Amino acid sequence: MRVVVDFDLCESNAVCMVVAPEVFEVRDDDFLYVLDETPDEALRPKVEEAVRRCPKQAIAIAED
Amino acid sequence: MRSVCVVGASLAGSRAAQTLRSEGFDGTITMVGEEPHRPYDRPPLSKQVLAGDWQPERTALSAGLDDGLDLDWRLGVRATGLDLTARRVSLADGTAVAYDGLVIATGATPRRLAGTEDMAGVHVLRTVDDCLALRADLDRAPLRVVVVGAGFIGAEVAATCRRRGIEVTLVEALSVPLGRVLGTEIGSLCGELHRDHGVDLRLGTGVEGMDGADRVERVRLADGSAVDADAVVVGVGVTPATGWLEGSGLVLDDGVVCDETCLAAPGVVAAGDVARWTHAHVGEAMRVEHWDNAVQQGAHAARRLLAGEGPGAGQPYCPVPWFWSDQYDRKIQLAGRAGLDAEVAVVMGSLSERRFVALYGRDGQVIGALAMNWPAQAVRWRVRIADGVAWDDALTEARAGDRP
Ligand SMILES: Cc1cc2nc3c(=O)[nH]c(=O)nc-3n(C[C@H](O)[C@H](O)[C@H](O)COP(=O)(O)OP(=O)(O)OC[C@H]3O[C@@H](n4cnc5c(N)ncnc54)[C@H](O)[C@@H]3O)c2cc1C
Ligand code: SF4
Repeated sequence: MRVVVDFDLCESNAVCMVVAPEVFEVRDDDFLYVLDETPDEALRPKVEEAVRRCPKQAIAIAED
Repeated sequence: MRSVCVVGASLAGSRAAQTLRSEGFDGTITMVGEEPHRPYDRPPLSKQVLAGDWQPERTALSAGLDDGLDLDWRLGVRATGLDLTARRVSLADGTAVAYDGLVIATGATPRRLAGTEDMAGVHVLRTVDDCLALRADLDRAPLRVVVVGAGFIGAEVAATCRRRGIEVTLVEALSVPLGRVLGTEIGSLCGELHRDHGVDLRLGTGVEGMDGADRVERVRLADGSAVDADAVVVGVGVTPATGWLEGSGLVLDDGVVCDETCLAAPGVVAAGDVARWTHAHVGEAMRVEHWDNAVQQGAHAARRLLAGEGPGAGQPYCPVPWFWSDQYDRKIQLAGRAGLDAEVAVVMGSLSERRFVALYGRDGQVIGALAMNWPAQAVRWRVRIADGVAWDDALTEARAGDRP
C-alpha cells in the first residue's frame, strides 16, 4: 500500500492527521507531510478512514 | 438482522453501507436512490464542476474504495412509502424492498420560489444534473446572472460565476449575509468579499417575481428595482426530503426525528441532511447540512443499527459540527456553532488581512471557531471544543500560539 496525496487538492486542514497521525502531519508551516508513504498493513483501516474523511477527496491508496 | 435497506444513495447512505460491511455485516444491503448515478461528491458542484475545471466523473467518492462492497443497487427509482410494521419500503416502480434494518439518508431538496418552478433559465443546485444544466446556461455568453440568496451555495455560485467573467447580481433578504450563522461582523466581511470581486450585492431585499417570454429575462425585487437576467440561481435553503415518509408513523419535524443515538424507531436509523437528532452534550435537537456530518453520522447510524438492543446501543452521537466553504480565494471554515448572541474574539491574524481565527463563546465555554484562510486551525479548535475548553483558557492558549 502506497499513500498518494494530490497536493493540488489538499488544503492542509489536518483532518487526516486527526484520523491517522502515524501517517499524516500538518506542521506549523501549514503544509501536510506524509510521514510514511508505505505504511504497514496494520495501518490500512486508519488510512482508508483518512481517505473517506478527507473533505477534499485528496488522498488515494495505490497498490504497488 | 439479515437485510438492510438504505434509502438515499449519496454521502450518508454510502458511508452507512461501508460501515455496515467494515463492522462485519454480511447480509443483503439494498441501496435505493432516486438519482440514476452512483454516489458522488456534491461540494465540487458549486466549485470546480460549475467552473468547468472538472468533468463530473471526477466527483467520485473515496477513491473507489467502496467498489467491492457487494451492494444491491436500485438506482433511478424513488422510495414512495414506508410500512414500519411490515418492515417494507415501497418504490415508485411498484416493487417493494423488505428489510430487517432501515437507514434513512434521503438528504434535502432545494427550495424554489413560488411561480418560477418551471421557468426556463431559473436553476437550483443540488444534483450533478442541476449543475450540468446550470453550466450549460453559463456557457452561453454574454450573460448576466442573478443569484438569489447569499448563503453558502449562493455565495459559491456567485464566486464561480465571477471567476468565469460573468456579471453577477446577488440578492439577499437579510441585511447581513450569513449573519445568523457567522454573526454580524464576519457576515459583513463575507459581503465585502463579493463587492471586492465586482458582484452587485443587494442586501435587505427579497424577490418579488420574475418575468420573461420563453425564459427568464428579468428579476423584480421587493425594493421596486428590477435586474436583467439571462439565468437565475435560487439558493434559498433546503427542505429535508421526508415526503415519502408522510403517514408512516415516524415523527417528522423539519427532518426525521431521532433519539440521541440516531434511532428513529426500532430497526430504523437516519443520517445526514435529513436527520434531526438530540445532541446529548448540547441538549438540543439539531439537524446539520454539512458534508462531514453526513460522513460521521452515516457511520454512527450504521453502528447503531447493528447494535440493536445490545452493547453500544446507547452510544449517543455527539459531534462538533464542522464545515467549509470556498469563495473566491478565501476558505471559510466553522467548527462548532457561532450564533448572534455569542461573544466573539479574533485570536489569530486579523479581519483586515482576511486571514484569521475567531472564537465564539457562551457561558464561559468556547462554542465555535471560525477560520478564514487557515484550514488547519479550524480542525485544531474543533478538537479543543470537543475537549470542552473554557473561554479564558482558550484565549490564553490561542494568543500564546499566535504566529506572524
Ligand atoms: C452544490 C453543493 C455544494 C456543497 N458544498 C459544501 C461544502 O463546501 N462544505 C460542506 O460542508 N458541505 C457542502 N455541501 C453539503 C453536503 O454536500 C451535504 O451536506 C451532503 O451531500 C449531505 O449528504 P446526504 O447523504 O445526507 O444527502 P444528499 O447528498 O442530499 O443525498 C440524498 C440522496 O437521497 C436521494 N433521495 C431523496 N429522496 C429519495 C427517495 N424518496 N427515494 C430514493 N432516494 C431519494 C436524493 O436523490 C439524493 O441522491 C454542499 C452541497 C451542495 C448541493
Ligand atoms: S484531510 Fe485531505 S485536505 Fe486535509 S490535510 Fe489531509 S489530505 Fe489535505
